[in-house]
Amino acid sequence: MTAPTSDIEARPTLPERDSPADLERRRTQEVRLRKAWETPSGWHYWTAVNNTEVGVWYTATAFAFMLFAGVLALIMRAQLAVPENDLVSADFYNQAFTLHGTVMMFLFSVPIFEAVAIVILPQMLGARDLPFPRLSAFGFWSFVLGGVFVCGSIFFNAAPNTGWFMYPPLATDEKQSGIGADIWLLGLSFIEVASIAAAVELIVGTLKCRPPGMRINLIPLFAWYILIVAGMILFAFPPLIAGDILFEMERMFDWPFFDPERRGDPLLWQHLFWIFGHPEVYIVFLPAIALIAMIVPTFAQRPIVGYSWIVLAAVGTGFLSFGLWVHHMFATGLPTISLAFFSAASEAVVIPTGVQIFVFIATLLAGRVIFAVPMLFATGGLAIFVIGGLTGVMVALAPFDWQAHDTYFVVAHLHYVLIGGMLFPITAGIYYFYPLVSGKMLSMRLGKIGFWLMFVGFNVGFLPMHLTGLRGMPRRVFTYADGLGWDWLNLVSTVGAFIFAAGVLVVVYDVVRPKGREPYAARNPWNAGTLEWLIGMPGESWGVRSVPFIKSRYPLWDQPDLIRDVDEGRGLLPDAEEGKRETLVTSVLDAEPIQCLRVPGNAVVPMVAAFTLGGVFIAATFKLWITTLVFCVAFLAALIYWLWTGTSVIPEKTEKHVGHGLVLPIYRSGPASIGWWAMFITMVGDATAFASLVFGYFFYWTIHADFVPEGAGPGVLWPMVAMGLLVAAWAATLAARRLNTAGRAGAVRLSLAVATVLTVAGGAAGLWGPWTTNLDPTSDVYPAIVWILVIWAVVHAGVAVIMLLYCLARSLAGRLTREWDIDMANVALYWHFMAITAVVTFGVVGLFPVVG
Amino acid sequence: MTPLLSATQTAARRTLPLALCLAAAGCSGPQSALDPAGREAETVAHLFFVMTIGGAVIWLAVIALAVYAGGFKQRTLSEETGQRLILWGGAVVPTLILAALLAYALWLMPDLRPWTREAMAEGGVKGHVTAEQYWWRVRMEGPGGPVESANELIVPVGQRVDLTLTSPDVIHSFWIPALAGKIDMIPGRTNRITLRADRPGVYRGVCAEFCGESHALMAFTVRAVPPQEHAALAAAEARPAAVTSGEGLRLFLEKGCAACHAIRGTEARGGVGPDLTHVGSRPTIAAATLPNDQASRERFLRNPDAVKPGVRMPGYDMLPPAEIETLARFLGDLK
Repeated sequence: MTAPTSDIEARPTLPERDSPADLERRRTQEVRLRKAWETPSGWHYWTAVNNTEVGVWYTATAFAFMLFAGVLALIMRAQLAVPENDLVSADFYNQAFTLHGTVMMFLFSVPIFEAVAIVILPQMLGARDLPFPRLSAFGFWSFVLGGVFVCGSIFFNAAPNTGWFMYPPLATDEKQSGIGADIWLLGLSFIEVASIAAAVELIVGTLKCRPPGMRINLIPLFAWYILIVAGMILFAFPPLIAGDILFEMERMFDWPFFDPERRGDPLLWQHLFWIFGHPEVYIVFLPAIALIAMIVPTFAQRPIVGYSWIVLAAVGTGFLSFGLWVHHMFATGLPTISLAFFSAASEAVVIPTGVQIFVFIATLLAGRVIFAVPMLFATGGLAIFVIGGLTGVMVALAPFDWQAHDTYFVVAHLHYVLIGGMLFPITAGIYYFYPLVSGKMLSMRLGKIGFWLMFVGFNVGFLPMHLTGLRGMPRRVFTYADGLGWDWLNLVSTVGAFIFAAGVLVVVYDVVRPKGREPYAARNPWNAGTLEWLIGMPGESWGVRSVPFIKSRYPLWDQPDLIRDVDEGRGLLPDAEEGKRETLVTSVLDAEPIQCLRVPGNAVVPMVAAFTLGGVFIAATFKLWITTLVFCVAFLAALIYWLWTGTSVIPEKTEKHVGHGLVLPIYRSGPASIGWWAMFITMVGDATAFASLVFGYFFYWTIHADFVPEGAGPGVLWPMVAMGLLVAAWAATLAARRLNTAGRAGAVRLSLAVATVLTVAGGAAGLWGPWTTNLDPTSDVYPAIVWILVIWAVVHAGVAVIMLLYCLARSLAGRLTREWDIDMANVALYWHFMAITAVVTFGVVGLFPVVG
Repeated sequence: MTPLLSATQTAARRTLPLALCLAAAGCSGPQSALDPAGREAETVAHLFFVMTIGGAVIWLAVIALAVYAGGFKQRTLSEETGQRLILWGGAVVPTLILAALLAYALWLMPDLRPWTREAMAEGGVKGHVTAEQYWWRVRMEGPGGPVESANELIVPVGQRVDLTLTSPDVIHSFWIPALAGKIDMIPGRTNRITLRADRPGVYRGVCAEFCGESHALMAFTVRAVPPQEHAALAAAEARPAAVTSGEGLRLFLEKGCAACHAIRGTEARGGVGPDLTHVGSRPTIAAATLPNDQASRERFLRNPDAVKPGVRMPGYDMLPPAEIETLARFLGDLK
């Protein structure tokens, strides 16, 4: 916050309320705002990047994928209705269950949370948009393309067919898993990148784009959960991406990471997969609880009881979820001590979950409850989820898991958890939040019909599966023999599944049926207390008319004049004088306004970038290397165009009057800027993937007494040279940043050039080590993992070179100066991580063989 | 088994599950973990019933409270009481219940799988099972060295059976629900399991880890017999084939069956597929997919892929029906 300076006119005093001048002011402001936030029409509609558009597309697409995977499930249930059925072939069935799990997890459960958050988070925080709207659009288009690619494979009989956890050696066997496994690995890696992008955006959005006064202990519970879950994504997805890299290297180039004959180990994949896979369950479950945490106070008509309890419990769940992955591997023959430890850890996670449930019950007990469809789905979901939680307590105990593991008991358990803990709350959320999107209400009658069909159908379908599983039916079987006592159980399950599907269809119909003639809902139709309900019915694409000062967790209940002040443009940023899209950036803990952020508007480049990146992954799936390369170049070009034209844009003035006498800078760099935070958060995820690869190196070391064969290894010299050169390049980059702050443009350019040369030399020296010592990555797992670590570091050095050259070009173009230095600050930040990567990589591959 | 376990709990373990199962309209079956015939399965079934009853009580309490809170309460709770409810209902009580449950389960564990201690003791029957797509190679230790068989495990009642488990191709999982929990068979690793059947009978084992196209059709039979009978059966299994000449064997050798299958006592020594020395005495064929009768054997010989998609055995549809019939009869005679 700075004092007004001379080039800005003195604080304008607002005219008296409702005077003709005031009405005129409001009208002109609205016209300008509407123009700035206008959604394009015609074909250009699809270039929109505003959260209100992208979020809705995202949600609808995720639901479409869910329905697709649901149809696959119905086909499977039809096949299993009677013993020895031949409705579908074994291979089709195997593709169907693999795709069902994959799509539900990667194309529905995780994206739907990000989609819903993109729609409602900015509204909840009184922000006009998320900080990186084009990144949301990029994520969405990546998601669509990757999703269609993965789902479409089944129409060509080429879907993955080895189960959604893709265990090698079955899934690394080219003959048995076919191209489906490549589609899984590359298609999903592409989507995971988009998921991480959205996570970065949501973290920065929650931390930096809150309304003034909304200190960290006042933020809506939904935002807390988003923060926690996005953080979990940041640590959970990278191990899977690291695993995907190893996996694809084995499939495409025969590097033996999981091949026991060449000292690889199939269990490494299981570890990496479940280090991702278990937190994934909570990544799916917590956002749904977050919706309940918004719905329950509204329908109890009082603030949540135990705000601190629920936040701490959510954080605790997030942490614990990373310590449980081994309970998916209880049957692999681990030592008793691991079994005991992970059984205990798995039981411990029940406690924070219990706290969250009791927070809701206590809130209902302390309030005057109004029962409506969202509450119906929330309570029904709770009843189902608690059963899933209790069976979770059972399977967490290793001895019981030895029986239940990989049977229909587990199928029942995971569906109770996911449908009760995720689908029902999401449906509750749809009924609750629908007016925010369309301004209309959903039908209470259809909602009730849909609920009862879903609730009854679900239990009829899945409750018997507990018994089916314990009577010996393994999961993932396309058929079963007569006379094992499973016949009627399966038939009942099939009937239930179809009833459940009918319920889902009723809800879908309610959402998509035309509502043109129905009146708009009343404003704040549920009488909720949180900011998202400020919006008019229907809402405007600007989101919030002006940004209010917040003093309470439930401002609509506790701040009586809030809606009127906001509507009359008496909050901050009531106008778009320059016709630009703007939102407020505040400090992380206390939400003090620190910047008026210009957010980028509609553009086609995110879509182009997404499609070219998709092209890279798809062409690589089919091993069309030249096409892959072409797409790589095209993607890089799109990315650089995007960065050059759309980021660190130099504003026409340095600061701006945002109302209430507040003057904020338009351009901020370093830790005060959102770009710096995004870079930092992205690199934390990147470092996690790197750590997973290093984990792989030491994992092999623990299972092989002679991990480094006598006399093998890249030597000490070249790795040390590479490390030295890259550390020197890091120093040169930091020098460039300092010189830039000192305003010495010539010296900056020289430093950048030196850093570039050092990086190239460092990368080359890094490759030269294993190359010159003839480490053949296909011969044994040791050279393979050494090569992977070195390649990881060298690829990062390559990215660093592009960044350095970009800064050099910006400097030459006069866009990187002492005053406008976002690029330099962010590249320097990247280089901190780059230096750590280089030191660890070359330290491990060069020195460990000597020390170990 | 510790004396404490056996003495005080056996009675409860036997009667409680039984009573509950009748109420649940049937837990029985040759492949049911709730119809235990072995030590480990029985302990786990007991654990399951205890947890189920406890879980049902907890569920009813929580849901009753939620429904009461949502629709039927007369007066509202104060903030402080709400906080206390969260503390006790959400944190303290679950912690106590889980601690007790965990202690009980951990106390059971060393006893259930003694191989995890040094107790891979002397005595009992030993053997080695290899899981291959999509069948089981069984090699039991006998006085005259290992005896190979397939898709059938014969175990003595009341004695421990120590098995080492491996896989040459993909991950499988070894599971006989009526006797014990499962354990994976992972290429490059050797796992162990100890079984003890306490009740004679025929049970069914199955592959529990998805292992490819015909994962669903990879089962085996387990026959638990009294020790004397077991000794006799093991001796019979160790003998060479009952038929070592004739038209059937001639066809078997001439049509190439011997490239993959062995019949001890003949020239057939292939090691790729199941050993067929005593195939006629096994209750099923094709890894418990078909009954072992003449029609099924013929059907499988003609087109194995139609029975078991993805199987490595080629079809012999091109042979005249008479030859198929002779071959199938010959196999049935290999008692």
